[in-house]
Amino acid sequence: MSDSMLKIQNLHASVEGKPILRGIDLEIAAGEVHAIMGPNGSGKSTLSYVLSGREGYEITEGSVTYKGKDLLALEPEERAGEGLFLAFQYPVEIPGVPNTTFLREAVNAVREYRGEERYDALKFMKVLRARLKELGMSDEFLKRAVNVGFSGGEKKRNEVLQMACLEPSLALLDETDSGLDIDALKAVADGVNALRSPDRSFLLITHYQRLLGYIVPDKVHVLARGRIVESGGPELAEKLEAGGYAGYLDETEAA
Amino acid sequence: MGDAPPLARLLDARLVEEGAAALPGAGLPWLAERRKAAAERFRALGLPHRRLEAWKYTDLPRALKDRDYLPAQRQAPASLDAVPALTGDEPLARLVFVDGLYRAELSRAATGSGSLPDGVRLLPLAQALEREPGLLEGRLDALTGDADGADPQLALLALNAALLDDGLVLLVEPGVAVPGRIELVQLGGLGERPVFHAPRHLVVLGEGASATLVERILGVGPTGGLANAVTELRLGKGAALTHLRLQEANEAAIELATTFGALEAGARYEAFALTLGAALSRHEIDLTLDGEDAEVALNGAYLLRGRQHGDTTTRIVHRVPDTRASETYKGALDDEARAVFQGLILVERGAQKTDGRMLNKTLLLSDKAEVDSKPELEIYADDVQCAHGATAGEIDADALFYLRSRGLDQRRARALLIEAFLAEAIESLSDEGLREPLLARVRAWLQKAGEQDRNETEGGR
Ligand SMILES: Nc1ncnc2c1ncn2[C@@H]1O[C@H](COP(=O)(O)OP(=O)(O)OP(=O)(O)O)[C@@H](O)[C@H]1O
Ligand SMILES: [Mg+2]
Repeated sequence: MSDSMLKIQNLHASVEGKPILRGIDLEIAAGEVHAIMGPNGSGKSTLSYVLSGREGYEITEGSVTYKGKDLLALEPEERAGEGLFLAFQYPVEIPGVPNTTFLREAVNAVREYRGEERYDALKFMKVLRARLKELGMSDEFLKRAVNVGFSGGEKKRNEVLQMACLEPSLALLDETDSGLDIDALKAVADGVNALRSPDRSFLLITHYQRLLGYIVPDKVHVLARGRIVESGGPELAEKLEAGGYAGYLDETEAA
Repeated sequence: MGDAPPLARLLDARLVEEGAAALPGAGLPWLAERRKAAAERFRALGLPHRRLEAWKYTDLPRALKDRDYLPAQRQAPASLDAVPALTGDEPLARLVFVDGLYRAELSRAATGSGSLPDGVRLLPLAQALEREPGLLEGRLDALTGDADGADPQLALLALNAALLDDGLVLLVEPGVAVPGRIELVQLGGLGERPVFHAPRHLVVLGEGASATLVERILGVGPTGGLANAVTELRLGKGAALTHLRLQEANEAAIELATTFGALEAGARYEAFALTLGAALSRHEIDLTLDGEDAEVALNGAYLLRGRQHGDTTTRIVHRVPDTRASETYKGALDDEARAVFQGLILVERGAQKTDGRMLNKTLLLSDKAEVDSKPELEIYADDVQCAHGATAGEIDADALFYLRSRGLDQRRARALLIEAFLAEAIESLSDEGLREPLLARVRAWLQKAGEQDRNETEGGR
């Protein structure tokens, strides 16, 4: 068994007093790709936000260990520095900040955190162009303000571009496949597959088995009502595609 | 009634006791007459006070309470380093004033030096009054004249008219394009005692003429003065004036400025005001669009902290059809700072097809900061396009988290968002060369905010 990348134990979190995560247990080893599927409102995005340190969530119980560290004790920017990356389900628009500036600031912030030298503008552009090329994206993305006026699919691709630039150890992709056309979906999957390595892990949150056809996961989990109610191999995704979530909802109700 | 003992004393000292002999143009009967009438009016009106609608949010009598000012002396301290350059390229001409009074040894390229083209007169007001009073006679009337004498808004204009001591006079003949920036630099805060000065600037552009005026108010010493400036703009048909105003007075200063004027057909006035300094500042702009196709674009940004108070009050009167006005003022307020924005777009009867837009947005960086925003439309024509909006709020928490999730620390993320917010206003400036110095000042201000935060957190640990 390889090293543990992420270990979530009995994680409970609430928003405004309302329990959303109700005892999550999940362990991802280095190099593994896990997928989480589950009905709308079951807490998938909440889990991704809690892991990346967004304000407004109260952790009432449990722990998260990331690369041997207590993840929940870190500020969001420290988590990024430690190699955690969240591709947002709803990427945020930032008027007035050019995408290039944003990417450069992000890459340099993370490099600085890791004790590496900042890239100067020229070197950064080189790196950035290489990433764009790998992802089959155009320069058009760079001049515009971060996500402003981007189509839904463009926003998702911009998340993948950020991921490629930041080279995270653990990437959480929250419905990055939603709203993508077939070519973009392939490009995103290629991007992820290219980054796959023995010391890098992924947690894919998705509603569609299709993505998992391109990125074959090591494990698939079903999240329902704030708990992981079933885990299995890739075949679980196919089962869900056929049968839906009806059975899980009843089960968790009873628990 | 808002009586003003310190200023009344000052009026007496200058106009009664010295018999105005120390003021420029003392020998000119028409000017003496004007000064006297204006002084009487100011005495009758007193300082504008909060019971006046337009002064509801800025308490000038309180700010001036217990303050005493001396008249500025021409022999003010002279140990000055060269005025820091604003941009890489030198301006075409620069007039420097210390405590409001012209200093030839710090200035360069006034009329006669050869760098100004024919048809351009640029000189200090006091000098013009002494040597060429004919140049100004009919023109200063426009200011001190007999407009409704009871209007209390005129108090500051009257005070300026009574005591005007120096300023910049720029007269451009029809068809002449001034081929570079003209800088007007006001240095203050150097003396030992606070001084009062009443700068009076006049810019007259003939038909089709154009110019760029950069006004810099710099606190180079810590002494808090009181400036009551008046700028008059006369833009002939198709004339174009770009006017950048950078107010960086020291933290003890009180900076009052009124810009008024009129635009003829097809004239264009583009202004940008960056307000960073002064304990209390009020910048009032009052313009009328008298000819079709005339256009004003007033933009600005204010960055205030501590207990600073910054007031921007604008009034644009559309007199004829087919005129345009747009205003965007944005600001960031930290600590207990307070900003006031009052904007009025007035469309007179018959001024059809007026296009008027006004926007005021403020970022509140502390829960004790405050903004009073009052954009107003007063419309007496039926076929117009006018809109206004005002927002005030904190930094967007989602944007902040997004940046932090990408590795930017809190301080850097906030600075980036604030800079982007203000840059939107600065980028409206059509002269790209002037944007960078403005952005640099915004960054320096943010840097200072960051240092403060750091000291606080370190001190708190
Ligand atoms: N700020 C909030 N205030 C109140 N309720 C919230 C808040 N954020 C999330 N919730 C609730 O928490 C639950 C889980 O939301 P979450 O976004 O995690 O679901 P999800 O599994 O990602 O759903 P989807 O598949 O639709 O993206 C939902 O019922 C949602 O309404
Ligand atoms: Mg979700």
